[in-house]
Amino acid sequence: MDVLAGKVKVTSKTLDQTMNPAELMDHPIRLTARDVTVHYGEKQALHGISIDIPDRAVTAFIGPSGCGKSTFLRCINRMNDTIEGAKVGGKIELDGEDIYSPDLDVVELRARVGMVFQKPNPFPKSIYDNVAYGPRIHGLAKSKADLDEIVISSLRKAGLFEEVKDRLSEPGTGLSGGQQQRLCIARAIAVGPEVILMDEPCSALDPIATAIIEELIDELRENYTIVIVTHSMQQAARVSQKTAFFHLGNLIEHGDTEEIFTNPVNKQTQDYIMGRIG
Amino acid sequence: MNALVIAALLLVLLTVSYQVGWSRSRKLADGKDTRLHSRPIYHGVLAALFAVLPAIVILGLWALFSQSVTNSFILAQLPAEVAQQQPFEVQAAISRVQAIASGYGVIGEPTPAEAAAASAYASFQQLSFLGVIAAAAALGAGGLFWAQRRIAPRLRARSEVEVFVRLALIACSTVAILTTLGIVLSLLSDALRFFSFINPLDFFFGTTWNPRFQSTGSGSAGEYGLLPLLWGTVMISIIAMLVAVPIGLMSAIYLSQYAHERVRGVVKPIIEILAGIPTIVYGFFALVTVGPFLSGLGDLVGIDIRATSALTAGIVMGIMIIPFISSLSDDILGQVPRAMRDGSLGLGATQSETIRKVLLPAALPGVVGAVLLAVSRAIGETMIVVLAAGNSPVLRANPAEPTSTVTVSIVNQLTGDADFTSPQSLVAFALGLTLFAMTLLLNVLALYIVRKFREQYE
Repeated sequence: MDVLAGKVKVTSKTLDQTMNPAELMDHPIRLTARDVTVHYGEKQALHGISIDIPDRAVTAFIGPSGCGKSTFLRCINRMNDTIEGAKVGGKIELDGEDIYSPDLDVVELRARVGMVFQKPNPFPKSIYDNVAYGPRIHGLAKSKADLDEIVISSLRKAGLFEEVKDRLSEPGTGLSGGQQQRLCIARAIAVGPEVILMDEPCSALDPIATAIIEELIDELRENYTIVIVTHSMQQAARVSQKTAFFHLGNLIEHGDTEEIFTNPVNKQTQDYIMGRIG
Repeated sequence: MNALVIAALLLVLLTVSYQVGWSRSRKLADGKDTRLHSRPIYHGVLAALFAVLPAIVILGLWALFSQSVTNSFILAQLPAEVAQQQPFEVQAAISRVQAIASGYGVIGEPTPAEAAAASAYASFQQLSFLGVIAAAAALGAGGLFWAQRRIAPRLRARSEVEVFVRLALIACSTVAILTTLGIVLSLLSDALRFFSFINPLDFFFGTTWNPRFQSTGSGSAGEYGLLPLLWGTVMISIIAMLVAVPIGLMSAIYLSQYAHERVRGVVKPIIEILAGIPTIVYGFFALVTVGPFLSGLGDLVGIDIRATSALTAGIVMGIMIIPFISSLSDDILGQVPRAMRDGSLGLGATQSETIRKVLLPAALPGVVGAVLLAVSRAIGETMIVVLAAGNSPVLRANPAEPTSTVTVSIVNQLTGDADFTSPQSLVAFALGLTLFAMTLLLNVLALYIVRKFREQYE
């Protein structure tokens, strides 16, 4: 039980600074998933996931490797479409609109649902061009001044502007790992998304860079619906208000982060949180 | 007969020494507590190396020097005044003696001196062969004896064999380099001889190409201006690239980004097979099909296009190079990390936006490298231009007119009776050297660019 006690301490301490469960009630449901299944060829990766994701809050997906949490995340902006042989079933609605309906334009969807990947992947272009990439392809800026403003405000929101303001024309690949990841977050923000998906955004970063990103996620929550996949339970406890636990392609348990970490209903969730599986 | 004896000698040496090394080391270890450092097989190989290598060295030295030794021997048998003649006359006398000795007919009756020299030469030949064989066998046996005496449990036979193997690998890898060096040197010496006839300035900056074929007579050696040929080469290469780069690049994009795995599995090998078609066949194709087609097309729109022209050769050469570019570009596009693609798609870019704005810029250095390699291929290409370019070495800007290239001129200057003393044939070496320098430069540039691209993602 020592392990659990240690974790609970971390949890309750951080939650105090964030949001209490009563506050969560004010957050309407943004995303709804019903019976979502994913097949990669013959292999079934997800077995009917149903979950509601609230607006302007951080929802964390946790679970052991290969449990399907990243696969489900990639369903939300249809990135699974880019994998040959992947087939998605069930229904996912964003603001009541079926994102897998044939009428929906996947390009528009991805503009509304941005994504930050596991490994920082800035384009081999300048810092400015990296952030300007999305606004340019979507035609968001009317003029050069508009574009400048979008780039600067995105970099500000990602907490990177002060560090890079003198070298916007230098290549984005020259930044440190943590800065690169914040650049990718700025790049996603620049398109003006409503939802930001983060697929283990800190797994390639050192603890200090991780702490900076976590702080950033906490700030972004005020304006965006955030879904984050993480391997680190401490991270889930620190940054999220809702937590969903995946195991072997099933959604085992989901609810308020505090509840999941202090009082898990399911035995498997309990085992995972205590470090017995995964 | 001689070759057979040598082969038999080496084979016997090899098997015997391997067997000796193997069994002797085996015996050392058998039934005792002593552990061999190396397994018997290494002792066997080491003994074989020690036995066979000295024999091979002796045989190799003989092969290198037998010619001059024999010559001086024969010369010594002949009357002293023979040696004072011109070099080619001395050589003729020696050849005559050799011909008599080997029983071939010679013109005229052999003089008594020649006959004596021939019989002395015949016995010398036999004796020297026996001597060399004996020396090789003795050295091999000596090597074997020494090697088997060295065999001991702690002998590091494995390490020594590995040193030999490494040396052998180094030797193999230097073969290509040394050959290239040899080619350059042989080109260089003949090219320099050419430049003793013709001023290099006239060669590199001359605008008329007219090598007259009568080297004797009126003293005029012809005009050897490189520029018409160089221009022909450059023009045809440019046309070829205009055809090959867009088509090759687009097929690479289709294959690497759009094509279904199964389509790709069929189409890619087929495209690569196209690269294996002999260029002479492309030449036929140009001559029989593309040339007349272009000429007909020209008539239709009112432009005078000749059937054999820079255009015909360039287009067909471009077709030949397509697989080259598409295959290389496909590999390079495949090397761009998937994360790059996902990042762009995740921002809501369409697939074509992703290709244009992220993949191609990231792959650009590599693609440029591929194109440069293809250019050097186009510059050196011969058969297509020989057949389809029209062989008209005149400085013209119009691609619809016949032209000629550096490679075609080399072929023209060296086919038929070439005597390698007149500028008419020596010019081929100067042309070859120019071509070699051009392609070398392009290849170095291409490799540099490709390497630079690799560093970016590692």
